[in-house]
Amino acid sequence: MDILAELKGVSRVYQKGKERVEVLHELDLGIPEGDFLALMGPSGSGKTTLLNLLGGLDKPTSGTVSVGGAELSSMSNSQLSHWRSTNVGFIFQFYNLLPVLTARKNVELPLLLTKLGSAERSKRADIALSIVGLADRAKHYPRELSGGQEQRVAIARAVVSDPTLLLCDEPTGDLDRETADEILTLLQILNREHGKTIVMVTHDAQAAEYANRVLHVDKGKLEARVEA
Amino acid sequence: MKYFGFIWKNAWRKKVRTSLTIMSVLVAFLLYALLSAIGYAFTSGANLADAERLVVIDKISLINPLPVSYGSRIATTPGVESVTHASWFGGYYQDPRNQMPQFPVEPREYFEMYPELKIPPEQLEAWANNRIGLVAGEELAAQFGWNIGDRIPLQATIWTKEDGGRTWEFDLEGVFSTDDPRGGTGYMLFHYDYFEEARAFGKGTVGWYILRIAGGANPVEVANAVDTQFANSPNETKTSTEQAFVESFSKQFGNIALIVTLILGAVFFTLLLVSGNTMAQSVRERISELAVLKTLGFPDRTVLAIVLSESILIMLIGGLLGLGIGWVVVQGLASTLGAFLPGLFLSPQAALAALGLIVAAGTAAGIFPALKAKRLSIVDALARG
Repeated sequence: MDILAELKGVSRVYQKGKERVEVLHELDLGIPEGDFLALMGPSGSGKTTLLNLLGGLDKPTSGTVSVGGAELSSMSNSQLSHWRSTNVGFIFQFYNLLPVLTARKNVELPLLLTKLGSAERSKRADIALSIVGLADRAKHYPRELSGGQEQRVAIARAVVSDPTLLLCDEPTGDLDRETADEILTLLQILNREHGKTIVMVTHDAQAAEYANRVLHVDKGKLEARVEA
Repeated sequence: MKYFGFIWKNAWRKKVRTSLTIMSVLVAFLLYALLSAIGYAFTSGANLADAERLVVIDKISLINPLPVSYGSRIATTPGVESVTHASWFGGYYQDPRNQMPQFPVEPREYFEMYPELKIPPEQLEAWANNRIGLVAGEELAAQFGWNIGDRIPLQATIWTKEDGGRTWEFDLEGVFSTDDPRGGTGYMLFHYDYFEEARAFGKGTVGWYILRIAGGANPVEVANAVDTQFANSPNETKTSTEQAFVESFSKQFGNIALIVTLILGAVFFTLLLVSGNTMAQSVRERISELAVLKTLGFPDRTVLAIVLSESILIMLIGGLLGLGIGWVVVQGLASTLGAFLPGLFLSPQAALAALGLIVAAGTAAGIFPALKAKRLSIVDALARG
């Protein structure tokens, strides 16, 4: 299988006052296209930093990050913005929907960056909502939805522009077991039936079981490889 | 335009706060409209001044009269085509609150000097032939419901009559108008001859002279020539353009333009603090939402434009409402106060300047929050939640 994302010798160092904190240390990682990878590890181990680097939200202090043939570490901020809008979808622990917009309008947001007309944007948002099983909640505001429904809307928003890569940061961290399983099943469907490559950060071993493979991150290094 | 709905929704996320901010903007621009109209009323005379007319007043003060004999000497000054005079009467109609400008003048000469004033010829003729005749501006006539033929008594506050009385009676012989919407007609004119004959003191004097420059003559040279011939006399003169005269006249009430500017300056400074604080608070409250927008691929400049547009939108809503209400109020005031404050008018220039002010204030109030949003680090903002 082709490699979609690749990190080579990646280090990420933060300066906290006079203290130098190395979050990732010369890390190498290849993620094949169509993979569903779970990243586990204790708090502060560098999982989210790794996810941020893969999503072009952050840049490595050294080393290279490439996704789909694009060398992210050498891109400018505006190039990264454009790249993110077409190549990657993000799913957050706390959903991060915009409270002033309906579910449909939240899902439409990434499409505002395209040249699509209003009707086409609505149509695509409705398709994305139907994929996550919320076609009937299009006009609801986030405050009118349950946590699980909010996360489904967030997933619809992440896939509406049809990115190849989905990055999920603790997507079930705020949900009960049953709802979490529904969300994870949905991610699995997106991976298996829609061919999305998924990288998911989680603390939850049961959630990690939905992935094809699990990697443990600790003190900025990949520690062990476990096949799910 | 595709972002408008999003910007609109964001602007109204805190309805009470946004409404209060819009109210403060509304009040500021309502004040702007009113004060601009008042400022305009005091300076409109200057705006309407004719560059071919000069005004001759006493060098020391406008309130000092000039000898009536100066008229013929001014008329023979090189470069002078025609001359007439006017004086300040200062009376009121029925009630001391009903004060309006009243000028004793030479009827035909005055209308020849001011061709922008329109009066039917037969009314001018009737007035010229009636020694106690009076003509009123159409705003003034409408204000008091006067009709031609009405007997109009004025109570003098300065000019008592030779018999000791203060009541001057006139016959309304005509109503004049002007086509210029900026020009007020809230004043009246009557015969200087009647005024001169009946007044108890000040005989042989006039308030000021108005002269028309002959074609091709240099106004500065004409003004100097007039003033030179009265130099070292008991009544030295100061000849200036009509605009300078009107400005000096309005400054008797104080420097209106400065007062208006100072008040508006204070109002808009406060407005900037209020709306700037609203926008700063609004951005602080949704740091994580702005970070999400950036995560989704919204470029920094788009995020900046969204926040800035929101600030300008709030300012536009309040500003346009304020100007609209202000315009209505000014129209109302003009119809009721037109007689006392002619030229009360929200000029297109003032409205245009207000639009510029709205955009500038919106930009000023929103620029720092917008820059903060633009510079936002996604990783830091998301980590803060």
